[in-house]
Amino acid sequence: MPVFKLKVNGKEYSVDVDAATPILWVLRDHLNLIGSKYGCGVGSCGACTIHFNGNAIRSCQIPVSAASSATITTIEGLSEKGDHPLQKAWAEHDVPQCGYCQAGQIMTAAALLKKNPKPTDKEIDDAMNGNLCRCGTYVRVKAAIQKASKTI
Amino acid sequence: MAHTNKTIDRRSFLKVSSLTGGGLLLNFSWLAGHAMGAESLTELPNEWFELNSYIKIATNGNITLYSANPEFGSNVKTAMPMIVAEELDVDWKNVTVEQADFYPKRYSRQFTGGSQGIRQGWKPLRTAGATARQLLVLAAAQQWNVPAGEITTENGMLLHKNSGKSIGYGAVASLASTLPIPQDIKLKTTDRFKIIGTSKKNVDLEKIITGKPLFGMDYKTEGMLYAMIVNPPAFGKKFKSLDAASVKSMPGIIDVFPIKIMNDSYKRNFFDTATFIEMVAIVGKSTWEVMKAKKAIKVEWENAPETTYEMAGRPGQSIKQTIPAGLESSTDHKKIMETYTKNPGTVLRKDGNPEEAFQKAHKILERTYTCPFLAHNTMEPVNCYADVKADKAVIYGPTQAPEFIVGTIADILGMPKENIQINLARMGGGFGLRAYSHHMVEAAVISQKAKAPIKLIYSREDDMTYGIYRPAYSATFRAALDEKNQLLAFHVKAGGIPESPLHQNRFPAGAIDNYLAESWEHKSNITIGAFRAPRSNFMASSEQSFLDELAETMGKDPIAFRLELLDRAAKNPVGKNNDYDAKRYAGVLELVREKSGWNSSDKSKHRGVSAYFCHNSYVAQVVDTRISNNKLEVEKVYAAVDCGIVVNPDASINMGEGAIVDGIGNALFGEFPFENGVALKNNFNNYRMIRMKEAPKSIEVHFVKNEIDPTGLGEPLFPPIFAALANSLYKLTGKRFYEQPYLPQLTKQNIQI
Repeated sequence: MPVFKLKVNGKEYSVDVDAATPILWVLRDHLNLIGSKYGCGVGSCGACTIHFNGNAIRSCQIPVSAASSATITTIEGLSEKGDHPLQKAWAEHDVPQCGYCQAGQIMTAAALLKKNPKPTDKEIDDAMNGNLCRCGTYVRVKAAIQKASKTI
Repeated sequence: MAHTNKTIDRRSFLKVSSLTGGGLLLNFSWLAGHAMGAESLTELPNEWFELNSYIKIATNGNITLYSANPEFGSNVKTAMPMIVAEELDVDWKNVTVEQADFYPKRYSRQFTGGSQGIRQGWKPLRTAGATARQLLVLAAAQQWNVPAGEITTENGMLLHKNSGKSIGYGAVASLASTLPIPQDIKLKTTDRFKIIGTSKKNVDLEKIITGKPLFGMDYKTEGMLYAMIVNPPAFGKKFKSLDAASVKSMPGIIDVFPIKIMNDSYKRNFFDTATFIEMVAIVGKSTWEVMKAKKAIKVEWENAPETTYEMAGRPGQSIKQTIPAGLESSTDHKKIMETYTKNPGTVLRKDGNPEEAFQKAHKILERTYTCPFLAHNTMEPVNCYADVKADKAVIYGPTQAPEFIVGTIADILGMPKENIQINLARMGGGFGLRAYSHHMVEAAVISQKAKAPIKLIYSREDDMTYGIYRPAYSATFRAALDEKNQLLAFHVKAGGIPESPLHQNRFPAGAIDNYLAESWEHKSNITIGAFRAPRSNFMASSEQSFLDELAETMGKDPIAFRLELLDRAAKNPVGKNNDYDAKRYAGVLELVREKSGWNSSDKSKHRGVSAYFCHNSYVAQVVDTRISNNKLEVEKVYAAVDCGIVVNPDASINMGEGAIVDGIGNALFGEFPFENGVALKNNFNNYRMIRMKEAPKSIEVHFVKNEIDPTGLGEPLFPPIFAALANSLYKLTGKRFYEQPYLPQLTKQNIQI
C-alpha cells in the first residue's frame, strides 16, 4: 500500500493505507485522533467534521489520497487548552447531552465564525443544518454560537 | 491501602463487602484535565478511603463519587452524584465523578431507562451520602473526644463550635472507614439543600468539547482487531451459507466466519430481543478494510420458518414466544391495522354502561390515529469491545442494561457470569435502544472465535436496519355526546404491530362515567423495543389530538375542557385504578396556561395544547406555529413540568428542550417503512431527522415547584409534544393530523418545511 503524508493539527504524519481510505478512519484508527466521530459514512450527519484547508468538511467523504498537501485541523487541534471561544460558549451553555455529535457541531461552527464572525440567525441555520443532533440540542448549539460570536 | 470494613451490615444496601476488584487500584490519569474550575484537584492525595460503594475520600479532602448508572445523555452521571454530595455535605468543586463498572454485588439497579434513575436513586443515594457524613462525624468525635451530636459539617469540613476545632474530611477518612455503619441516618430537610436545585455542569463536558475518548466507539487496546457483522438483508430471512473465499484474501482481512449468539436451549429474558441469531462476522486490521470486505462478501440467505423459543417468566415459569415467518410490508401493516380497528378487541377496562350511552348518543365523534415504525438512530452507531480469554471476558461498550445481557453472554461463552466483566462506556444516545444489548454478545462471540480482542462496529446501515424499533400503532377514539353536547361516554380501541400501546387506567379514565378501553396485538417478525416513552409516545399523540377535536366539537376551550375532566377525576373519580394524580395533572395545565399567556394571547397565534402523564411525571405543552418565508416554523414551545424536586435545573431544561425537538422531528418526519421484509431506509440521507432549521425558534421549560420526591424527566416531555404540534398545525392549516408523520399532509397542503 502507498504511504501518505498528512499534516494534522500542525504535526506531520505518514500512514500506509489503502488510497481510498476516508480521512476519518485514518484519523481514528491510525492516528488515534478519535474526536472526529463516525455517524453515517455518507456525509449526512456532520459528526466527522474537520477543517480541511480551513473549510469544514465531512472527513468520511474525502479519501486520504486527496489530503497530502492539505492542512487538517480536528477538534483535538482547535485550541491548545480547550479554550476556543466556541468551546467556552459551549461550556457556558452546557450544550451537550450524549455528546457524540458535539465535536462535529463545534468544528462546523468554528469554520463559520472564521469566515463570518457575526452570522445572522439564518446564516447559522444554513451553516449548521448538515450537523445532526439526535438529542436535540439545537437551541443551545445556536445560543452558544451567538454567544461566541459576541466575544470574537 | 485503604481499610476494609468487615462489620458492615450485609443486608444494608451499602454493599461494601471487600475492596478487592478495581476500587482501590488507583489510576490518576483521569485527574488531568478534569472538570473545569476544579483547581484543588491538581494535588495528588496519598491515600483514598472508601466509605461506601459510592464514595471515596482522599487524605487531602478530594472526593470521588462513583456514578453507578450508565450514562446515555440524560445527565445521570452528574445528577446522581450531586445527590450523594448534597448529603455528604461537600463542596461540589472538590468532587470528581467516575463511572462505576458493572458491579452487581455493590450496586443495585445499574440500569438507565424508564426515567427511573433519579427517582429510584433518590433515597439510596441520599442515604449513602448521609451515612458517610455521619461516619466522618463519628470519627472526628472519637479523635476530639467530644460528643458526636456537637459536631457539624460544612463543605467538607467538620466543626466543633464549643472548642473551635475544625478539620477536613480527609484527615479523618482513614479512621471513619474503620467504624461500624451507623444506624438511623438522618437526611437533610429540603430547605437545607445547597447542591440539589442548583445548576451544575455536565461532569464530562470538557472531555466532550475537546474530543477526548469517552465512547465505546473510541476505545482501543494494543493488538485489538476490528470486526463488523453481516446481517440477513430482510426481516424473515436467515443465514444459509458463506463463501469465505469471497473476502478472505482481501487486504487487512484476518478472518471471516458465521456466528450464532444464542444456544437453542437458552431461555431468554425480556431484554433478550435479538432479530437475528445467526450472522456473519468479518475481522480485520482496520475499520475501512473490514468495511470494504463487507461490501464484497458473498453470503446466501434463505426464508426463515416460524420459530418458537422459551422466554423466562416468573421464577420456575417460562413463556413460549412465536416469531412468524414471512416477509412483511408496511402497506400490509396498514391494512391489518384497519381490520383490527373494525373488529372488537380485548376489553381491558369498562366503567358504567358505555354501549348504552353510545346507543342513545345524539352525536358520536370517531377518529382513528396511526403511527409507523421508528428507528432510534442514536448518533453513535452500535459498537462493542470484547476481549475473551479462556477464563475471563472483558466487555466494554454502550449498554443501558448490563444486568440483562450478562447471562446471555455467559451462556454462549460457556463461562460463569462472575468471569465476565462489563465496563460501561458513555453512550452516544440511547432512547431505549441500548436496553437490548446483543451487540455485546456478538462482540464476545467474535472475540472468542478470533482469539483476539476486537471492537465490533456497526455501519450506520447496520445500526438502522437490525431491528428494535418503535412499533406501528393505531388508536380509534369515540366520544358520545348528548343533544346539549355533553359528554356521555368515551371509547378507546388501540393496538399495534406487534404490541398494544394502551394504558387503560390513564386519563381520561376516571373522569368519565361510561368508559371502555379495548386492546389488540398482531404478531410480526420485525423486532421492537423501548423507544423514549414507549407506548405513551403514541397514546399521548392520539388521545391529546382527539381531546382537542372533542373540545372543539363541544364548543369548549381545550385547556378548560381538560381541567373540567380533571376536576371530576379529582373530586369524584370513576373507578379505583386511575394511575394519575388529577390535581398534579391539572397543575401543569394551569402553569402552561399562565406561562404561555393562553387566555390573553394574540388570537392570530396558531396555538396547540397537550398534556400527558407518564413515568410518574406530568407535562403540559403549548406550541405556536406559523408560516415564515413560505415555510412552516415552530415559533415557540412552552412546557410546564411536574417531576417533583428538580436536582439539576439547567440540565433538566436541556433535557426537556431535547425531548421537545426530538418529538417535533419524529412527528413531522419519523417513518421507517418496510417492503418484503426489507427496510426501505438505511441512513441519514434517506431517513429524515430534525435539523437546526426545523427546530423551534424558542423553548421555555417551567417546573412546578414542590417538595415531592423526584420522578422521571428523560421521557415525559416527549409524548405530549406530538399532539401539541398537531393541534397547533390544525389552527394553522385548518386540517387535523391523524397520521404520523405529518409531513405528507403538509406537503399536500403546499406547506414546505
